[in-house]
Amino acid sequence: MTTHLRVPLPGPLREIFHPPPTPGVLGVFSHLDATLEAIKKLRADGHTDFTIYSPIPRHEIEDALGQAVSPVRMFTLIGGIAGCSVGAWLTLWMSGDWPINVGGKPIGAIPPYVVIMFEMTILFGALSTILGILLNSMFAARRLGTIQYDPRFTNDKFGVFVPTESDKASSVEALLRGAGADEVRHG
Amino acid sequence: MAEHATGPSRVTYDYVTRTIARTLGGPSRGYFLLLGAAVALLAIGIITLLYLLRYGLGLAGYSHPVYWAVYITCFVFWVGIAHSGTLISAILFLFRSGWRTAVYRTAEAMTVFAVMTAGLFPLIHIGRQWYFYWLIPYPNERGLWPNFKSPLIWDEFAIGTYFTVSTVFLIMGLIPDVAAVRDLATGWRKKLYSLVSIGWTGTNEQWRHYSKGYLYLAALATPLVLSVHSVVSWDFAMAIVPGWHATIFAPYFVAGAIYSGCAMVITLLTPIRKLFGLEELITVSHYENLAKLCLLTGSIVGYAYVCEYFIAWFSGNPNERAAFWYRAFGPYWWATWTMIICNAFLPLLLWIKKIRTNITALFVISIFVNIGMWFERYVIIVVSLAGEPYVTWANAVYNPTWADWGIMAGSFGWFFMWFLLFVKNFPAVSISEVKEVLDPPKRQAVRAGAKRT
Repeated sequence: MTTHLRVPLPGPLREIFHPPPTPGVLGVFSHLDATLEAIKKLRADGHTDFTIYSPIPRHEIEDALGQAVSPVRMFTLIGGIAGCSVGAWLTLWMSGDWPINVGGKPIGAIPPYVVIMFEMTILFGALSTILGILLNSMFAARRLGTIQYDPRFTNDKFGVFVPTESDKASSVEALLRGAGADEVRHG
Repeated sequence: MAEHATGPSRVTYDYVTRTIARTLGGPSRGYFLLLGAAVALLAIGIITLLYLLRYGLGLAGYSHPVYWAVYITCFVFWVGIAHSGTLISAILFLFRSGWRTAVYRTAEAMTVFAVMTAGLFPLIHIGRQWYFYWLIPYPNERGLWPNFKSPLIWDEFAIGTYFTVSTVFLIMGLIPDVAAVRDLATGWRKKLYSLVSIGWTGTNEQWRHYSKGYLYLAALATPLVLSVHSVVSWDFAMAIVPGWHATIFAPYFVAGAIYSGCAMVITLLTPIRKLFGLEELITVSHYENLAKLCLLTGSIVGYAYVCEYFIAWFSGNPNERAAFWYRAFGPYWWATWTMIICNAFLPLLLWIKKIRTNITALFVISIFVNIGMWFERYVIIVVSLAGEPYVTWANAVYNPTWADWGIMAGSFGWFFMWFLLFVKNFPAVSISEVKEVLDPPKRQAVRAGAKRT
């Protein structure tokens, strides 16, 4: 059950934005601690690629999942360094290409150019951070496939989706119910 | 958030989502009245602009040596208004102050629309708007490049970066909230929110990258906001006009910007809170915190005023002394004293807790601060130029004309039009961040509740 707007897309794009559905079991939880218990039990049971839905980011969930630090920080760093370099290149090369004496200052004057370099660092850093968030989320979505969703997950419910084959679904359902799931759906 | 102490049971996740989602759609007659007023003001501005295009900048009151006047005053005023939005959304985010969650979306939207408004003024001011692209470094047949030693080019880069970054920061913050209202909405709004929320479902992978990215965006926006008004101040401080050429200008402008911005947040929040019934989410304690920010930055501004006069006297430079004497006792004394009373003396009332927690009083004070801060820029820009001591025999009296006021009225219309459209179509209070400062729903909620009291 998804609420996404379905936009008709050509083949390769559909593969990226609307990956094929993944079979699995979805548990809906009302309580954070119950969700955490489900995560612990699933990890103990050997599940790895399950998905947690939550209306807000919680450090408890991150800790329970034991996720690696997001690679978005590399995007920020590389974007910032690139921006600073572009700022330096822009000002120094353009001054050299059209050399004008302004108030007797050197043609390639560093102090005034620091302002441009600084602004470009921020601009490129911010834009590549956005790119990092989008790309990483998209890669994750592509890896997981289209999975079950419930609109209450953006309001006040937590969700656990476990990708499983139909023969193991009942044992996963028992596990989720044992952790305190309100409802469990197969799909 | 202070709600922890007062009524935690009523403010649940579901309550937050529904209260904020309720503010969208179904505009009342009062809303249309406000929007109509904004559009009417904008129409005045557009008509004035058409006259300016047809007959040129001579319609505005420029007279030697005052060639930077009301348009540049408005430019600095609106850039300043923008600043507190980033302060509340980025700097207080890094400080992990919980109270910002209920007010930061309004402040951030205000930032984006204020920069959009500010950006119009240099374009209007250059007279030949169709040549604005000369500021952009682009390869051209004559092999010309901009002069990067000019503060005006720094300004272009600073304002351009600020507009881009604050816009993406606002949109990033909106994504989880738009997803939350998408899941409640019906009809065309559902389609709009589905598109805007770009497939947000709140999975752990999404939150993992989003939270990290948001943190870095805040970390980048923090030095940015401090740099932008510093660069704006260097538009003046790099020149040798007495009253402009001062090293204090960067911190003085940044403090003033945040001061006027906080006042504008109070001005905007008060009607929104009433109209949308957000009294339980935006409480008196939020107002008190904003008032404290106003008090702090207002005191810095007051100190800067004293400092300016002291340095003018202490420098022994006759031109400096003459400029500041002209400022306080010359023909524009009324503008200077409006600025000093509204900005340096009025905020002293905020030391009193009774006033700090009285929303009506704060609303009135905030409007006076807005007026005072507009006059501060008027005094710095216009009065410094008018009293310029170098070629006094050529100085003429400056008086703004209808063309100045028309464009200024239009800028207020433009700003409020965007702001009103925003608050009716997108969550004006952050849904996910308000939830973050609440206690999460737990099975042992009863025990935890007993422990908290």
